[in-house]
Amino acid sequence: MVELCLSKQLKIIAELPTKESIIKLLSAIPDPEIPVINIFELGVLRNVELINGTCIVTITPTYSGCPAMKLIENQISAALKAEGINEVQIKMVYSPPWTTDWISDEAKEKLRQYGIAPPEKSTMDKGILLGKNKQPACPQCSSINTSMISQFGSTACKALYRCNNCKEPFDYFKCI
Amino acid sequence: MENQTALFQYCLRLADSNLILSHRLSEWCGHGPILEEDIALINIALDFIGHGTALLQYAALVEGKGRSEDDLAYMRNEREYRNALLVEQPNGDYAKTIARQFLFDTFQYHFYQALQNSKDETLAALAAKALKEITYHLRHSSQWVLRMGDGTDESHSRIQTAFDDLWMFTGDLFDMDTTDETLLKQGIAVDLAPVKEKWQTQVSEVLQQATLKIPDQTFMQGGSRDGRHTEHLGYLLAEMQYLPRTYPGAKW
Ligand SMILES: [Zn+2]
Repeated sequence: MVELCLSKQLKIIAELPTKESIIKLLSAIPDPEIPVINIFELGVLRNVELINGTCIVTITPTYSGCPAMKLIENQISAALKAEGINEVQIKMVYSPPWTTDWISDEAKEKLRQYGIAPPEKSTMDKGILLGKNKQPACPQCSSINTSMISQFGSTACKALYRCNNCKEPFDYFKCI
Repeated sequence: MENQTALFQYCLRLADSNLILSHRLSEWCGHGPILEEDIALINIALDFIGHGTALLQYAALVEGKGRSEDDLAYMRNEREYRNALLVEQPNGDYAKTIARQFLFDTFQYHFYQALQNSKDETLAALAAKALKEITYHLRHSSQWVLRMGDGTDESHSRIQTAFDDLWMFTGDLFDMDTTDETLLKQGIAVDLAPVKEKWQTQVSEVLQQATLKIPDQTFMQGGSRDGRHTEHLGYLLAEMQYLPRTYPGAKW
């Protein structure tokens, strides 16, 4: 046990954590509701700063009421503690507001393969109010002959669609 | 009025409407007319809880007396609540829930458009964030107003009755008092007069399109700014606050 602790300490001394190494570490945390993408590529993890030995992690919610935020905070603290970083401060910011535009192209492809149609490019437009629906391609068969079942899906960030070609229902990650 | 007191009151006003409406919507959980609507209302309730929580956290910070957002939500009495009278009205049938939602969504949409330019950075940020979500709420409730108004005789008469019943509580949304005056001078609060104009225009347009009549009632019930509520809020709070008051300090 002592040996283990010692080796851990030595490891930390050997390689002091940097902003990059911490972001890399926290990038291993998956989104609790869509485990194929991590919190960094989703845009929830905004920044990491090391100030006087305290690690300040800035996060932003996808949706204001996202119930996964508390869990994400706990996972960040746990991941940092496991690396011997105990002085942690998690800052929740609302500005600039999270947008689906922050989801990387790579992450969008992961979403598609997972069966969730990724957000169509660019944030919301007035079309939303006027009742024009986006027409995402079916993540199963790529057909664009799809129709919306409900603007609100299994989680705050998704809408429910149906493919008229292969008849499969699917989730669409809606633009905000 | 002192600035800090005014800002605290203003935050409570915004937070309480979100919190109370989220509670009302959550009463539909498991009772929605169809599965998709059940899910939609609960999604919307969740957004309101998010906005309410963030605003109560800010209110607690502004107050600076060490209270938490939970203290503010669970330990204040009816007369200390500042939510709009409209949002505490009972769900009724689905038409009434939708009419209430549409009237409030339209208000929030235009209100937050203005609030995102507030000189108070926190309020501006929260407004910009919430606006994105509210746009989806407004679309949802507008579409249901159109569907029910321009639907069957039954749906038309139900939603018309709902608008007629709720109309007297809409004036309260736009009442301004010394809190507004104090904060308007500093560019923090939103001037509700232009918001009211935009609200009236949009509500008229949608109701007209839905073949519905704008209620011609002119009496408006006010009072929420001073904590004078309709009888319904007391019952709602009794249910919402039961657990933390019966088991103080209970942890999840
Ligand atoms: Zn398909």
